[in-house]
Amino acid sequence: MSSNVKKLVKKTSLAIGATALATGVALAQAAETIKVGVLHSLSGTMAISETTLKDTVLMMIDEQNKAGGVLGKKLEAVVVDPASNWPLFAEKAKQLLSKDKVSVIFGCWTSVSRKSVLPVIEAENGLLFYPVQYEGEESSKNVFYTGAAPNQQAIPAVDYLMASEGVKRWVLEGTDYVYPRTTNKILEAYLISKGVKKEDISINYTPFGHSDWQTRVAEIKKFGSAGKKTAVVSTINGDANVPFYKELANAGITAEDIPVVAFSVGEEELSGFDTKPLVGHLAAWNYFMSAEAAENDAFIEQWHKFIKDKKRPTNDPMEATYIGFKMWVKAVEKAGTTNVDAVRTAMYGITVPNLTGGIAVMNTNHHLTKPVLIGEIQEDGQFEIVWQTPGGVIGDAWTDFLPESANLVADWTPPISCGNFNIKTGKCSGQNY
Amino acid sequence: MTHKPLIQQLLTNDTASRWLFVALLALGIGVPFLNLVVPPDSVFHVPTYMVTLLGKYLCFAILALALDLIWGYCGILSLGHGAFFALGGYAMGMYLMRQIGDRGVYGNPVLPDFMVFLNWQELPWYWLGFDNFGLALLMVFLAPGLLAFLFGWLAFRSRVTGVYLSIITQALTYALMLAFFRNDMGFGGNNGLTDFKDILGFNLQADSTRIVLFLATVIVLALAYVLCQYITRSKAGRVLISIRDAESRTRFIGYRVEHYKLFVFILSALIAGVAGALYVPQIGIINPSEFNPLNSIEIVIWVAIGGRGTLYGAVIGAVLVNYAKTTFTSGIFAEYWLFILGALFVITTIYLPRGVVGIMDGYLSRRKSRQDKSMAAASPQAGVATGGKQP
Amino acid sequence: MPQDAIFSKEIKPHKTRAVSDGLPCSSLRARKLGAEKMKILIKIGLLMGLGLLFIKAHAGDFATLSHSLAKSDYSQKNRIIDELAALDDDRTLVIFKALIEGNLYLRKSDQTVVVGRDSREGVELTDVLTGQPLEVVGIRALEKVRINNSVRGKLRTVIASLQLSAKNSDIRRQSARDLIKSPQPELRNLIATAYEKEESSSVKSEMAMALAMVDIESEDVKLRREAIDILASSYSSEALGILERFGEKDGAGNYKEAEGNIGKLAAEGAERVRHRMEVMRFIENLFFGISLGSVLLLAAIGLAITFGVMGVINMAHGEMIMLGAYTTFAVQQLFPNWIEASIIIAIPMAFLVSGCVGILIERTVIRHLYGRPLETLLATFGISLFLQQLVRTYNSNNVPVITPDWMSGFYQVNGALSLTYNRLYIILFSLMVLGLLAILLRKTLLGLQMRAATQNRAMANSMGIKSSWVDALTFGLGSGIAGMAGVALSQITNVGPNMGQGFIIDSFMVVVFGGVGNLLGTFFAAMGLGIVNKFLEPYAGAVLGKIFVLIFIILFIQWRPRGLFALKGRFVTD
Repeated sequence: MSSNVKKLVKKTSLAIGATALATGVALAQAAETIKVGVLHSLSGTMAISETTLKDTVLMMIDEQNKAGGVLGKKLEAVVVDPASNWPLFAEKAKQLLSKDKVSVIFGCWTSVSRKSVLPVIEAENGLLFYPVQYEGEESSKNVFYTGAAPNQQAIPAVDYLMASEGVKRWVLEGTDYVYPRTTNKILEAYLISKGVKKEDISINYTPFGHSDWQTRVAEIKKFGSAGKKTAVVSTINGDANVPFYKELANAGITAEDIPVVAFSVGEEELSGFDTKPLVGHLAAWNYFMSAEAAENDAFIEQWHKFIKDKKRPTNDPMEATYIGFKMWVKAVEKAGTTNVDAVRTAMYGITVPNLTGGIAVMNTNHHLTKPVLIGEIQEDGQFEIVWQTPGGVIGDAWTDFLPESANLVADWTPPISCGNFNIKTGKCSGQNY
Repeated sequence: MTHKPLIQQLLTNDTASRWLFVALLALGIGVPFLNLVVPPDSVFHVPTYMVTLLGKYLCFAILALALDLIWGYCGILSLGHGAFFALGGYAMGMYLMRQIGDRGVYGNPVLPDFMVFLNWQELPWYWLGFDNFGLALLMVFLAPGLLAFLFGWLAFRSRVTGVYLSIITQALTYALMLAFFRNDMGFGGNNGLTDFKDILGFNLQADSTRIVLFLATVIVLALAYVLCQYITRSKAGRVLISIRDAESRTRFIGYRVEHYKLFVFILSALIAGVAGALYVPQIGIINPSEFNPLNSIEIVIWVAIGGRGTLYGAVIGAVLVNYAKTTFTSGIFAEYWLFILGALFVITTIYLPRGVVGIMDGYLSRRKSRQDKSMAAASPQAGVATGGKQP
Repeated sequence: MPQDAIFSKEIKPHKTRAVSDGLPCSSLRARKLGAEKMKILIKIGLLMGLGLLFIKAHAGDFATLSHSLAKSDYSQKNRIIDELAALDDDRTLVIFKALIEGNLYLRKSDQTVVVGRDSREGVELTDVLTGQPLEVVGIRALEKVRINNSVRGKLRTVIASLQLSAKNSDIRRQSARDLIKSPQPELRNLIATAYEKEESSSVKSEMAMALAMVDIESEDVKLRREAIDILASSYSSEALGILERFGEKDGAGNYKEAEGNIGKLAAEGAERVRHRMEVMRFIENLFFGISLGSVLLLAAIGLAITFGVMGVINMAHGEMIMLGAYTTFAVQQLFPNWIEASIIIAIPMAFLVSGCVGILIERTVIRHLYGRPLETLLATFGISLFLQQLVRTYNSNNVPVITPDWMSGFYQVNGALSLTYNRLYIILFSLMVLGLLAILLRKTLLGLQMRAATQNRAMANSMGIKSSWVDALTFGLGSGIAGMAGVALSQITNVGPNMGQGFIIDSFMVVVFGGVGNLLGTFFAAMGLGIVNKFLEPYAGAVLGKIFVLIFIILFIQWRPRGLFALKGRFVTD
């Protein structure tokens, strides 16, 4: 027993020594590199989605370094694992900014992780690129949102269903958290403004990881058999999707009967699905792997080479990470420094080619202009693009369909220089600086 | 047992306690000095994020202390202690939320942002009064205390014990987690309460505020430790231990077992609630995942790794495990840290049944050649587990 | 008059069609027609529509149409499908079926339209024009003819109308059901003819329903009344929707459809259907409850052994389920041609895999911890973290487990009640596992030794039982059963690194609620909780329902501190 303990103590001290050594090495390198923080969960429930984004950032850094780095310096990734634990996100962000002194952070997935990190980033004047579609209602000086705002995903999807499938009745099915709540609120206001009656809209929320969908699917089936074409707008999150679609398929509801348009199901998620019964259900994103563009082909090839797996799909948040990274590099080169304020000012108006063709532009409200695509699920786990906006759609931080936010605008250039400027009162509130 | 005052006893007769106080004193004086006085470019400067980190460890240490009080000394294994911690945290979070005032993104002077965009017209009744720090502080005690009273009164009166009790405490925190996840509850749903601006008028992001919060945590930890020591050394403490080791026998002798259990359970919940209240302003967010049953299991693990039934073991365990987590979740270990943590748990349970404290005691006892083997050998019977050594 | 205009979407305004007028999409160019021209078109269209299938179209024969079908965009496809259907050619059904199943291709080399069937060597081609088998090629030599939802919906209706007189009664029944889903007035004569010819009574009633859904819109009051009678005798929610629509009252409380008492009749009919459906809904809820119960039972039953019988607070139980589910995935990957049998193969495999891992855990860790149950919680929690991360290192994403055909779909009891096959099988499977386990524990030597060793180790040892091996086997058995549960659960939920986490808390609740160490208690607890949960859900919502169930468990334990079926005897008290 005691000999075991001794061994253990020895091992522990060895490990501590190794850690110290590693930190020492890291410190020695710090002088010649620009540090890039990667704040994505590598364990816990969100690891499923976020690990891919960590790899994407690493791939982009790798590519940039091969091309000579930025400002003549090599980029160095600092990877941390916030372990799907929201307070840990704040802690790690603080560590990245004040201990590792990173120039920029690519990270976060869930809204709550972003909200948790926000005060830290603002207090330390850091820079965060957030690559996931989200509920909007936010524009921070220190965050660039490269994912879709609700008007870049939800509203075009509903427009498409109304116009092209003649949908008259709507089930807004979501997981009970802020993104579905906000999106559904916006959609409800939008649908009513389009003349849909209140009794033709059914809104329902289920908890995270809801796995028994029998009752809900039976209710959707019932709601959908009232003689009007019905569609489900799904903001169901992550793990709850597979049992939901399985139950739909088993209950004999096909995409022609009641199409489901999802905002959180992409190629990565589909790779965990048995897609055969899902054919025809829809998703709205700003990117699909099946998009035909030279940039996309190159990106997919690069990804497969980097990850050493020919079957790994690419998805929308990866494109958002790609665009964000390219924009940051461009802005740093334009500003000639990695200083956050200089880079921030340089970001406005920066353009990067989309992977789907066309050009993404960073607006002064810290959101992108990019196209919206609607895809139908195919048996091979890919999306067939059935519709897309002719040009880019400007991301709107504050939706016009909620009374409280209709008066707010975000513009980080003078004279407004504010993330939530109230055009009625002419005031700007809630800023931490 | 001598009749010296307790503090004196702890400082003179109890090596471990003495060291703990020395460490706390060093932290309490050293950290503010190194953070505020020593210039930032000095090697000895303690950055603010480190202060927050240490503050977090100490909050967890208080929580572990609370659990050790009921598990180590009364045999109540609560797998839902995170619930009390989170309730205290929510009470504090609600106060901080009201402090934001009209500085929220929508500029609403009364309603927090999440209520504004969910179209709440007015503050729900249970939010009233939380703009008052005194009342919020009262709720920090009242919310966990009441829940503990209600739950404990029911459970101990019905003589729910052992693993049954553990599982229903788990059900309790699980139910609370689901409830707080609901946006309709009015506690911010999954996003919880966040984006705090200031506390009692002081900016939360300022170094000085952080230091004050850290100092408060150190002091509360010290006080909680002394309180727990006082209780476990008192006559009531003896009864608690006898309940742990032989509940039925204690009852037959004539003690009202459920009263003792209820008292110590409520006290433990209060301590956990205070820990939560200190945790929230330092971390900057409280959300329903704090109610997650797995978090509560983790608390048990801190205590077990530190050494159950020693109080200072709980403190050491909480700090050690969380330090390990911080270290392993960044840099080269990031992808493998769960392997390391998992292995750590397995190895500790097999090879260190009395936790880290067991090793230290081994050295101490050898040095002092004290004969406490007889106490260690008198292990409690199955179902209550070992580690029932008394400090 | 161009042929295409006759069959274009403007002439069938009631149909749900996918041509986007307002949306500026290149692929969905809709032709704009003047309003006057429209009216004429509608009239002609209705005339033509009635005789849709009897008119031989002149614009384009089968060969050119099938080729242009393959080359056109989605809105054109809809039109061409109508034209093809009008040809009355046997080959149209072949091409439509291939299209809807995603088997229609263009051969890249010469742009021939072909039907492809997956085979071991590649894709076996058949020429749609001649029906002759062609060569076998790789998928890269082909270009898939893609369709979207609107085309798919169109195809299904057209196929249904073409198959109304198919030889197989199941196909006819399916056709009739598809037509119930989207009533097509212009197909009335067709349905009526098929109805007259129909011999099978069950199919006939489905067709009558399809007919009634069209007839209720007709001008003839007598026909409408008959239709209401038929609709009112049904179980279908589609019928209920229609009846409710016709039974609506206006603001003054009068029926909107006053003529011939139609409104009142419809309202009464709707009431009858609604009552009937409420009964069905009760049965449905019961089924949902039993099915959820069986899932809980499967998840908990392994834990009832490792925790209930052995007293190990096994936090790694969820990961044993996960390993079982991954075994299913592995089996499907290893034998891609045996998908139908994969579940059957996976059950013993999963038992072995999880069982062996269980024995390994017991031998290396748990065996040091007997008599210290709380320590087992810590150690197994560590193991659980370890196993999760191990799987995550292999692949952090969920993996797709395919549902074999015999497990997908549902058994239609009537219009309002259908029982999904996978749930039915899972209920049966969970009962089977429980039964076998009970027999093993009660009737075999191993079971006897297990019970002996867990009740009194010292005594068992002195009776000559090798208790260390019995322990290992017991733990292996519990883990193996968890693995088998994983196979079943892979059919209804995610298979990923976090899978086990979703079941562990519920499993503990079930075992404790039922009474630790009592299999029958576990069974009743699982079923009870499942049924209560499902009856609460429609009223309270999924979240509140679950919260109520948890509070119920907490209160129940106050009343019976040792669970539903407490073990009696001296050894349970301290």
